[in-house]
Amino acid sequence: MEITSAEIKRWLFMANEKMQYNKDYLSELDQAIGDGDHGHNMARGFQETVESLKDDNEEDMGAVMKSAAMTLISKVGGASGPLYGTAFLKASDEWKGKQVVTAGEFAKGIEAAVEGIKTRGKAERGGKTLLDVWIPVLEYVQNQELVPTELTKTAKEAMEGTADMTAKKGRASYYGEKSTSHLDPGAYSSYLLFEALAEAVTKEEEG
Amino acid sequence: MNKAAVVVISHSAKIAEGIVDLVSQTKQPDVQVFSAGGTEAGEIGTSADKIKAVLEQADGEGGVLVFYDIGSAVMNAELALDMLPDLEGGVEIMDAPIVEGTYVAVVEAGMGKALEEVAEAVRRQEFVK
Repeated sequence: MEITSAEIKRWLFMANEKMQYNKDYLSELDQAIGDGDHGHNMARGFQETVESLKDDNEEDMGAVMKSAAMTLISKVGGASGPLYGTAFLKASDEWKGKQVVTAGEFAKGIEAAVEGIKTRGKAERGGKTLLDVWIPVLEYVQNQELVPTELTKTAKEAMEGTADMTAKKGRASYYGEKSTSHLDPGAYSSYLLFEALAEAVTKEEEG
Repeated sequence: MNKAAVVVISHSAKIAEGIVDLVSQTKQPDVQVFSAGGTEAGEIGTSADKIKAVLEQADGEGGVLVFYDIGSAVMNAELALDMLPDLEGGVEIMDAPIVEGTYVAVVEAGMGKALEEVAEAVRRQEFVK
């Protein structure tokens, strides 16, 4: 399976729809163990991302991702801005100059993104962060053919798994054991992002 | 040689500016201290773009020490630095209490110490017992 720059753009548009729709829920998750602005921040960041891509005929996947990265860095705020921004920026390097990527090249982009998040956030798997969704998704795209329903399932189960974790990073870590039993907001927005990817790819197959 | 400069990053513009005010009491006119507080919209938070602009302003052969507060501040500082591959001097992002660290750095920089020596002086403080 290949992924095209049109699908990447559709991914970002669908991600925006999900961030808007789940804005209040994301903020509610963030209120429990953070500063309560995650939904607002993600909705604003993706709205701006979509605005800047709307009339853009860019077909270079790397350029699309880089433009999204720069907008997220500027507009999301919180820790999510630099983390998602870095992830998208690292992926953009891998997909630079390409209008279509193979499954393997796509996985390389996600791998670079995960490495970027790890470095930027000095976090590892199991710390109740967005990495707890990104890493299982990376392992899925590295090892299996991309089946949209399976991708969504992988991301969803990974996101749900953060409820049992104790936060080791970010403001949630100040809550220590109290953070346990809450879903991580960053993991939830990452799940939405990958659900959007699954839907963006599905649409292509139907079309 | 220019003395090392100092950048103070806080989620709150008032905190960052307040620290700049506070360290001005050290009377080190040759040490430039910059604040990068709050978001570009003037809200609580940090901004990689804002920090990037301040780092460019503070950059010089003496280098820059960066102090920060909670959460995303350090991530945005590192991200801003990644976006600036061609700075003239070095940059040290310091993991230290923001007020005390900045204070020590300004005093040490005022003595004309090199960037790395100033950073070392801050680390030697062992602020947390």
